[in-house]
Amino acid sequence: MTPVAEMVGSNRIVAGHGICTPLGDAERSPAEERALRRALLERALQLLAAPMPPQGGS
Amino acid sequence: MAQQGLRIVHFLNQLFGGLGGEEAADAPPRAVAGAVGPGRALAPQLGDDQIVATLICGDNYVAEHLDEAIATLVALARAARPGLLLAGPAFNAGRYGQACGALCAAVQRELGIPAVTGMAEENPGVELYHRAVYIVRTGDTARNMAADLGALLRLGRKLVRGEPLGRPRSEGYFPRGEIRPARADRPAAARAADMLLAKLAGQPFETEVVLPRFRPVPPPPPVPDLRRARVALVTDGGLVPRGNPDGIESRAATKFGVYSIAGKHDLDAADYEVSHGGYDTSLVQADPDRLVPVDAARELEAAGVIGKLHDYFLSTTGLTNPLANSRRLGREMAEYLRQAGVDAVILTST
Repeated sequence: MTPVAEMVGSNRIVAGHGICTPLGDAERSPAEERALRRALLERALQLLAAPMPPQGGS
Repeated sequence: MAQQGLRIVHFLNQLFGGLGGEEAADAPPRAVAGAVGPGRALAPQLGDDQIVATLICGDNYVAEHLDEAIATLVALARAARPGLLLAGPAFNAGRYGQACGALCAAVQRELGIPAVTGMAEENPGVELYHRAVYIVRTGDTARNMAADLGALLRLGRKLVRGEPLGRPRSEGYFPRGEIRPARADRPAAARAADMLLAKLAGQPFETEVVLPRFRPVPPPPPVPDLRRARVALVTDGGLVPRGNPDGIESRAATKFGVYSIAGKHDLDAADYEVSHGGYDTSLVQADPDRLVPVDAARELEAAGVIGKLHDYFLSTTGLTNPLANSRRLGREMAEYLRQAGVDAVILTST
């Protein structure tokens, strides 16, 4: 759903793992799932701490 | 022209009201008899009508004391016994536009008289007030002030006389979202085919259905130091405490919830449910951290990567929500987060 986020004007977007499970993956072991969740969160934090060029408008 | 002259009150900001520029933007509201500044340019068009009073208020004063400033301005207007209020025009000035829109809406509601303002299309006041208020479309700058004010006056007079208005485009104001049934001369399929042919030929055509336009949102500057930042989790995946105590709707949600995670190191499935009709919620139901990642966020807080995980997460349901609703919810959530001193937000979405 990241194209929708872009369309409405979001600037800092991380693609989640899945629509029904943005920060999880039931196919992985709990430990691996935690690692995935942490990695996605860290990626989000990286974007929050980074300057972002303005989007072209829609 | 009215038999008895129309009593008009005109609202101006500090600049057009002659108090000064940005340095006078804190000026509190006041009323002056007669026309001021641009209002005087209307004199040749007024006939028997007159500007009996001009209200002036600084842009920052209105922005920082909105309810109180508007209440004071309405009281000042009421004292002048007007039949019409004209505000601005504000052109592209955002704070001024918001003041004009807010004042017109309040005057309509509380004095029961027509009110008209004018703004350029990009003015945020248009987005906020075009449904409640007649906003004449002006250019970006005050270059055509007399003509623009004349347009406000013309529309205002029609409203006072109760004359039926034509379509917004012909009357010169931004569409307010009013829908009126009308008989078309040809069936919709024929009209649509004509539009498509015009579009393919690169010719102009007028759409009958206006699609929503999303303005680009300037990206906020980066968080200067995450290690000292208060980070909040927000979701539109509809995660709510078991029992959905706030009754957040599973579609077209009209509200958001604020739910405590103080002392929690993860979210327990037993404590939560999902109110969202748009996705298979079983995975999130089995482990709510898959939507609102409290466990991983706590790890990052403990490791000092972020300064503090805010003690509450915000939740609503992002499914088939009319834009007016979701825009309002967004503004209200942002206001909560601002007041709570949150520095950054991670919004999770399904």
